[in-house]
Amino acid sequence: MKLNLKIWRQKNSAVTGRLVDYQLDDVSPDSSFLEMLDLLNEQLVSEGEEPVAFDHDCREGICGTCSLNINGIPHGPQKATTTCQLHMRHFEDGETIVIEPFRAKPFPVISDLIIDRSAFEGITQAGGFITARTGSAPDGNSIAVRKNIAEKAMDAASCIGCGACVAACKNASAMLYVGAKVSHLNLLPQGAAEKDRRVLSMVWQMDRAGFGNCTNYGECSAVCPKEIPLDVIAKMNRDYAVATVKNIFTQAM
Amino acid sequence: MNLRPRIPSGPLANKWDNHKFRIKLVNPANRRKYRVIVVGSGLAGGSAAASLGELGYNVLCFCYQDSPRRAHSIAAQGGINASKNYQNDGDSDYRLFYDTIKGGDYRSREANVYRLAQLSGNIIDQCVAQGVPFAREYGGLLANRSFGGAQVSRTFYARGQTGQQLLLGAYNALSRQIGLGQVKMYNRHEMLDLVLVNGHAKGIVTRNLVTGQIESWSADAVILATGGYSNVFFLSTNAAGCNVTAAFRAYKQGAGFANPCYTQIHPTCIPQAGDHQSKLTLMSESLRNDGRVWVPKDAGDCQKEPREIAEEDRDYYLERKYPSFGNLAPRDISSRSAKEACDDGRGVGPGGQGVYLDFSDAISRLGRSTIEERYGNLFEMYERITGENAYDRPMRIYPALHYTMGGLWVDYNLQSTIPGCFVLGEANFSDHGANRLGASALMQGLADGYFIIPYTLANYLAETGAGAPSTDGREFKDVEAGVKARIDRLLSANGKRSARSFHMELGKIVWEYCGMARNAAGLQKGLELIPSLREEFWSDLRVTGQGEELNMELERAGRVADFLEFGELMMRDALDRDESCGGHFREEHQTKEGEAVRDDENFTNVSVWEYKGEKAPPVKHTEDLHFEDVSPSVRSYK
Repeated sequence: MKLNLKIWRQKNSAVTGRLVDYQLDDVSPDSSFLEMLDLLNEQLVSEGEEPVAFDHDCREGICGTCSLNINGIPHGPQKATTTCQLHMRHFEDGETIVIEPFRAKPFPVISDLIIDRSAFEGITQAGGFITARTGSAPDGNSIAVRKNIAEKAMDAASCIGCGACVAACKNASAMLYVGAKVSHLNLLPQGAAEKDRRVLSMVWQMDRAGFGNCTNYGECSAVCPKEIPLDVIAKMNRDYAVATVKNIFTQAM
Repeated sequence: MNLRPRIPSGPLANKWDNHKFRIKLVNPANRRKYRVIVVGSGLAGGSAAASLGELGYNVLCFCYQDSPRRAHSIAAQGGINASKNYQNDGDSDYRLFYDTIKGGDYRSREANVYRLAQLSGNIIDQCVAQGVPFAREYGGLLANRSFGGAQVSRTFYARGQTGQQLLLGAYNALSRQIGLGQVKMYNRHEMLDLVLVNGHAKGIVTRNLVTGQIESWSADAVILATGGYSNVFFLSTNAAGCNVTAAFRAYKQGAGFANPCYTQIHPTCIPQAGDHQSKLTLMSESLRNDGRVWVPKDAGDCQKEPREIAEEDRDYYLERKYPSFGNLAPRDISSRSAKEACDDGRGVGPGGQGVYLDFSDAISRLGRSTIEERYGNLFEMYERITGENAYDRPMRIYPALHYTMGGLWVDYNLQSTIPGCFVLGEANFSDHGANRLGASALMQGLADGYFIIPYTLANYLAETGAGAPSTDGREFKDVEAGVKARIDRLLSANGKRSARSFHMELGKIVWEYCGMARNAAGLQKGLELIPSLREEFWSDLRVTGQGEELNMELERAGRVADFLEFGELMMRDALDRDESCGGHFREEHQTKEGEAVRDDENFTNVSVWEYKGEKAPPVKHTEDLHFEDVSPSVRSYK
């Protein structure tokens, strides 16, 4: 198939970028979106031009490295699918495709389609863990976890940290991402001891990193390649409210 | 080359405990005086960095990804083995040890493998405590599934995303240490060389992948947890960025490289659809628990719709050839059987390079919802890639390169032949012999990182004393200059071909001559082709852009340059190992039924290659393997 591509080119974070037109012939409909970009880059290199920089790694939809706004949608039109798992059979021959980096203030562009998502790292470092020093764990079966709780925790834990939720949100809110992490760890009995401080620290760090608030549009969940449900935000808000109130009373005493 | 394995004395079951007692410790108050570099942030590197940080060492951790959570351990699907015997089906440390040794075709060290089995239970405990959402039964206790090469159910899993969940556990623990300042994390940094001072590993040189800056880092010890080298085949199930560079640089600095020819082909991958393909995708082997593998009995039926082929016209070849293990026969055996069926003209799908994996029996026995619960995400993944629905039509699968058992040689302490350079996880050669059993890679990576290196590293540090050298020293400057010269050479080749095109060509050569089945003539041919391809690479390579900026062409070119040398080493080893064992199948050594024939008399050993400079061929040394508790038998899964 033939494609007209409009791709965001930006040398580095210090300069402004622009959309550049490219034409690509002979794309296999069985190739993935990133394989289509590989083909373009081979073409560019053979012409002595600099290839388009984009992030990618596992190419099987689990590492969360790939991103891209495709025709304005994070990870493109296919539901529950990362860019690397999106296949060209979902596009029309002759179609024009606009390819941009994820757009969000806390995710500055590094080069072309590559963005800096280290703001997510800080949130995990602030509290996205259960403190369990190596070697200190009791027998795995000493902690029974209700099956439905384990399943819910797993649903939340399947987040790949790609940042599509932030890119889709008009407020650049990270609440789906943070909510997923909070839900995963706060739902489990192992995470109960740190439940309050976890949610308080993570939300504090999220605000500090410049992510916006949630105004309940649900775009985040709609584009999430792992279909993390909006419930995780409700869960986080509930845990946050409870922790805040508890904090007031603890401090008053 | 000193290949003393340092296996502790005493009975097998007591070796590790005795060793832990005998080796030296570092006092908690002194640990902050030591600096440790960890390269790689997957299960092995991430768990090591987190655990060493917790103990109080100053840790510097490096990864090429934009976050440690993205290391390729994340893609492991099926599960992690542990000898918990929660199923009351006769499992024990000894049985897990025995299965692993046998699965490895008696080409691994007894003491290492036993220790791995002993630690397997601790790993599960640790991961549960971290909040890894393992599958549960209704009573709230942990669920298990069975996996290839074992007759007990000992595999713990988190849907089809076990690697992801275990890695996130390690990543969370690592993040905690980063937050506390105990670990300094350097993302988007690629290690390009190892620095030795007075014969000890004392640092690394990295390239910042965003700015292109070349930097030196010094430490009291260096831990490499940089994964395997499957990408030498270009098409593999590894992530696009996985590479051999860190391990290969260490080899060039004097670390012995062990058994590079031991590669594992995974039997259940999605077949290649065309030349555009950049990678192959694995479907977890756990699918073989409920799926039945078959091809048509008659080559004439291959083009038919699978549902139209009658039961009696199907050849369930694994069940036929290996009645007691059936569809759960080990990976190497399953892979070769698939190749045989396709070579016999009975393959299905594009190019006849595929076999069916059929779930219709399991769906009618257990119901679609049970299958969905067990493998839902795998079926979705299959549909996304192929556009086919595997609930209605059997999957098509074909073997693909997946894991490499070879790696840098390490002793019982996981130390390479370079003192102070420790190697963990897939990057070392230690525990899987010539073939790795399913759900054992996660176990090994975490055993190395959580439970072995914290002890054995302390022993080394206590012996050498604290004091990382300055990076202003001559040793660092020399290595840095070498790294810069190499980058300049890549940038100034001024040819016409992209690094990727050379990588593809190399991949075709190694797959053809050093893939699922190998023979002397083919390997010799490969050994002629690779050096000439390498020559062409250096004269006709084109790398666009500059060194001092983000430059993905340059990154790839550097990795391909190392693969072009490494591929030759792998073939040399495959030619030298004149026997069949595990994943290394030499056509000259097989039974009439096509089973591998080992040569225990000459090859009950580890081949360790020593780099001798650009002009001279590498020299092989061997470490003899001694079997005291098990006696090597013919690996039979009939």
